[in-house]
Amino acid sequence: MQFDSLNEFLAMGGYGFYVWLSFGSCAAILLALFVSSLRDASKLRNEVRAQMKREERIKKAKQQEQV
Amino acid sequence: MWKWLHPYAKAERAYQLCNTLMPYFAVITVVCLTVGWVWGLAYAPADYQQKDSYRIIFIHVPSAILSMGAYSSMAIAAIIALVWQIRNAELAVISIAPVGAAMTAIALITGAAWGKPMWGAWWVWDARLTSELILLFLYLGVLSLYHAFEDKKSAGRAACILAVVGVINLPIIHFSVEWWNTLHQGATITKFDTSAIDSSMLWPLLINIIAFAGFVGVVTLIRLKNEILQCERHRPWVRELVGRGE
Repeated sequence: MQFDSLNEFLAMGGYGFYVWLSFGSCAAILLALFVSSLRDASKLRNEVRAQMKREERIKKAKQQEQV
Repeated sequence: MWKWLHPYAKAERAYQLCNTLMPYFAVITVVCLTVGWVWGLAYAPADYQQKDSYRIIFIHVPSAILSMGAYSSMAIAAIIALVWQIRNAELAVISIAPVGAAMTAIALITGAAWGKPMWGAWWVWDARLTSELILLFLYLGVLSLYHAFEDKKSAGRAACILAVVGVINLPIIHFSVEWWNTLHQGATITKFDTSAIDSSMLWPLLINIIAFAGFVGVVTLIRLKNEILQCERHRPWVRELVGRGE
């Protein structure tokens, strides 16, 4: 361990602002990309599911018309 | 080899391959990112000149390398898509582009935050910085070109052509520090003779490079799966898959 205390670790020898700005923005960008990719995946699945249900309803309505 | 490779041009096989590969990339990313950041931030020794500010190297260099690595993979996929007319390769181009753009943005932001205390300026119009900024615009160009067309066939073709043409920027970025007198320092670890970095700093750096590569892999695979599903949404195999709750 290069630092003796948490305060020293956060200060980064006086460069704390720049180091934490870099690591913070990096973490934010990585996380945002990851989460939005996962969100797209579940949104897509919901859309396909809704489409399937819709087709099911249309099919049923057509069958009732024939009767 | 072609016979073995060819089934992966089918969307369903490619989707399954993504599923098989993803856990490996995910484990590599989580392990290496944790180890790399803790080692780089807390355990690697401080630089004798730049003190603790140099720790930015542990994300700046990996993101910069991956911004170019992702572009190379995107360009290879684009060539495959253009020459052999393989739809999955086109989808791969569109899946890699946002990830590469994120890597480029991280490289630029961390570079600015490192440049301010060391050079005294957030930004200078130096050859390395400018060519890296152009790389970001190339990524954004590929993406916006793809989304500008209603017809996805011509959209894919246009995006692929731009991706291939943009490869000219890669050697410019790499050699910019040698061709021009730049403020940006020269290569640190890719020199063919002995490395210019001590092993106590090299190891965490290498681990972080692997971590970033793993991240690019994971997110590209997630996005590629999305693109394949989007493209094949009316096919029975997708409906079966979604119906199963996968």
